[in-house]
Amino acid sequence: MPVQIALWSVAALLATAIVGVARARAAAGRVLVYGTSLAVCGVTILSALIHLLAAGGEAATLALPLGIPWIGARFRIDALAAFFLVVVNLGGAAASLYGIGYGRHEEAPQRVLPFFPAFLAGMNLVVLADDAFTFLLSWEFMSLASWALVMAHHRDAENARAGYIYLVMASFGTLALLLAFGLLAGADGGYTFAAMRAATHAPWVMPLALALLLLGAGSKAGLVPLHVWLPLAHPAAPSHVSALMSGVMTKVAVYGFIRVVFDLIAAPSWWAGMLLLFLGGATALLGILHALMERDFKRLLAYSTIENIGVIFVNLGLALAFQANGFAAAAALALTAALFHALNHSLFKSLLFFGAGAVLSATGTRDMDRLGGLIHRMPATGFAFLVGCVAISALPPLNGFVSEWLTFQAILLSPGLPQWGLKVMVPAVGAVLALSAALVAACFVKAFGVTFLGRARSEVCSAACEVDRIPLIAMGLFATLCLLLGILPGLVIDALAPSVASVLGARMPVQMHVPWLSIVPIAESRSSYNGLLLFAFIAVSAVLAMLVIHRFASRALRRAPPWDCGYPDANPATQYTAVSFAQPVRRVFGTVVFRACEQVRMPPPGSLAPARLDVAQRDLVWDGLYAPLARAIGVASQRLNVLQFLTIRRYLSLVFLALVGLLLVLALWP
Amino acid sequence: MEGLAFDIAHLLAGGLVLVSFMMLYQDRLYALLNLFALHAVVLALSVAWQAHVQGAPHLYITAAIALVFKAIVIPVALHRIVQRLGIHREIETVIGVGPTMLAGMGLVALAISVMLQATPEADPLAREDLAFALAVILLGLLTMVTRRNAVGQVVGFMSLENGLILAAAGAKGMPLVVEISVAFSVLIAFIVIGIFLFRIRERFDTVDIQALDRHRGERR
Repeated sequence: MPVQIALWSVAALLATAIVGVARARAAAGRVLVYGTSLAVCGVTILSALIHLLAAGGEAATLALPLGIPWIGARFRIDALAAFFLVVVNLGGAAASLYGIGYGRHEEAPQRVLPFFPAFLAGMNLVVLADDAFTFLLSWEFMSLASWALVMAHHRDAENARAGYIYLVMASFGTLALLLAFGLLAGADGGYTFAAMRAATHAPWVMPLALALLLLGAGSKAGLVPLHVWLPLAHPAAPSHVSALMSGVMTKVAVYGFIRVVFDLIAAPSWWAGMLLLFLGGATALLGILHALMERDFKRLLAYSTIENIGVIFVNLGLALAFQANGFAAAAALALTAALFHALNHSLFKSLLFFGAGAVLSATGTRDMDRLGGLIHRMPATGFAFLVGCVAISALPPLNGFVSEWLTFQAILLSPGLPQWGLKVMVPAVGAVLALSAALVAACFVKAFGVTFLGRARSEVCSAACEVDRIPLIAMGLFATLCLLLGILPGLVIDALAPSVASVLGARMPVQMHVPWLSIVPIAESRSSYNGLLLFAFIAVSAVLAMLVIHRFASRALRRAPPWDCGYPDANPATQYTAVSFAQPVRRVFGTVVFRACEQVRMPPPGSLAPARLDVAQRDLVWDGLYAPLARAIGVASQRLNVLQFLTIRRYLSLVFLALVGLLLVLALWP
Repeated sequence: MEGLAFDIAHLLAGGLVLVSFMMLYQDRLYALLNLFALHAVVLALSVAWQAHVQGAPHLYITAAIALVFKAIVIPVALHRIVQRLGIHREIETVIGVGPTMLAGMGLVALAISVMLQATPEADPLAREDLAFALAVILLGLLTMVTRRNAVGQVVGFMSLENGLILAAAGAKGMPLVVEISVAFSVLIAFIVIGIFLFRIRERFDTVDIQALDRHRGERR
């Protein structure tokens, strides 16, 4: 039954996409498309939640006579898929709600409305798929729909470039996935997931499939060094689509990875865990360093997505390493942390992108150095954005803290692992995560402080006004969810238990029985956390402090020179900017990671021009990997261009020689 | 009877390969066309013998098609074209006769070794037939590759098709539809190529395909 509901929802979304084509220009079309998407997503969330909580995530399957004849199109909802359906549709519902109001400012609705529901449908189908063909088809559909949304404002040269790079990376990723599924299906063509689960693979298949999967799912999720498209493409789309791409589509990629590695291959090995730990750590650190250097706030958010994907992959690596050594409880803890963080990230990253979209529609700029003081003009957006910033910085009592805390609990279990490589690697990755957690806090102090605090740095900014009520409702909804998940983590952990158990066969201890809504990941004597208590303490102490200050503060009049907040000059340009805020971090890490170079240019004597401070930085991944690759492809195609202009006889000779060569191989093959 | 049937099938298929070799070194146009007609006759005989041995009457139809179209209609038509267009009667070959023949022998050896290796459990009659058919196909391709003249290439292409039909006839239980479609595809290819010949002639006053290359401004 849940499969039927989900498939009907997908069908409804596709139908909405067609309506979007027909009615794109009318205002009613906007409300219709986003309203239907909202309703459909709501129904799917409900059905998936009921399936997850009431039915315990029992696997339900359905086969339709579509696609490859002897396989058909198979769909399946188990606990893992149900959880990701909730994530996808929660993000989809909020983005639809936000879009009802935000879409009013869209210049080219006919380029957004048809693809938005199609994109949602694609993501749902990926999660539902139960055979390789359906999975790849849905995956590619999702990629193409999101590509169309990235290209919504294609006249901008930067967007066109982003779309091009995205398209290349997405096709490359799908190719890698295709090969991975081909390997797993084997020579007999067992393309259903059930057949892959049952099959026993040769020992060389697992490393190769894992590498291909890391290329395929990793490029969609944004693992370093496959992340280059993400900070270009995510910000290029309209903001609610950015929220979907960053908050939800990356999670679909994580789902694909978990589905194949933990469920289909299901042959955990410690070196695979080690590889994931390394990649995850590198992704987290590099992502957040890039984010810190950024002054475009949508790109900052996109880079921060890369950091969070790194955290999730570290958790997956831990889960693999623990599972390979038979530590079932620890593996369940790590996987729970991964899923919890995926859910959290989808919430607060969507929230932050919604806030960014509100700022963008109010001011028309994404450059933080032209913003400032927006909290006075847009108080509600500012508050919601602040909640998102606190959550993503992993400060208690919000949800980000819980999942990061669980991650560190899992990391602290690593001394029990027998392999020396892991014994050394896991604490090192833990240190990297701790460093990146601190950098995240710095990054979002910058994002919030420069954008919302201080004084306006430009005219457009001082004339900004608050967005409509509907986007604010969407933001408020997600801010509330961030708080709720933070103070009631035990409920979430218990809800995640069937999903974790469905792939690992183990689960975390039941948290409902712990008194006072605390969570206890391993044992009470070891560690426990109570978000509700902490929230109550923060609220009570803040109220008490306020009362005390108001009670004992003196009303007597005093005369003193006014404090100028450290700005003796009243010019807004003297405030901290995004670039100057990042300067200390740039000095410490930038020379190594970005080859950053600061140069002071003094005017020549006698000139009245101001002195300039120029900062130049390079992206080493781009310079070291992609630029040479692009050059090599360019050179190769230049060389091979001759083949376009041969004579007929030469073409025939080529065919002939190829045939003879193949026959020779056949004849000489032992 | 078994031994004799096998020997005759072997003889006819071997004859086809032999005629292919003769076409390989032939550098006069009319002689090439006559050889092609001979090729088709041998093919028709071979297919007819297969029909007799296998007791498959539909193969007689294939043999008749081969005889009528390939041994009579097409060579006569090509003769006329050559006459009407006043094509230069000598064919320029790319490589000398010696190396071409050596390459051809290598190809036959390759075809036989591949086929005998690939089909160890098949019926010996079909096996030999397939090996010779592959040899004929490869020789046809070689003929096409070593000719600069469009008519020469057409003939090479059609001798290649003869090899395909030999293979199809040798395999037992091949439905007639396949053979008819193969025959028609040859016919269509012939018509298309014939039309191209006229067009090339109209435009460049020659059927030497180098003219095309010169027209495109290519180096050779």
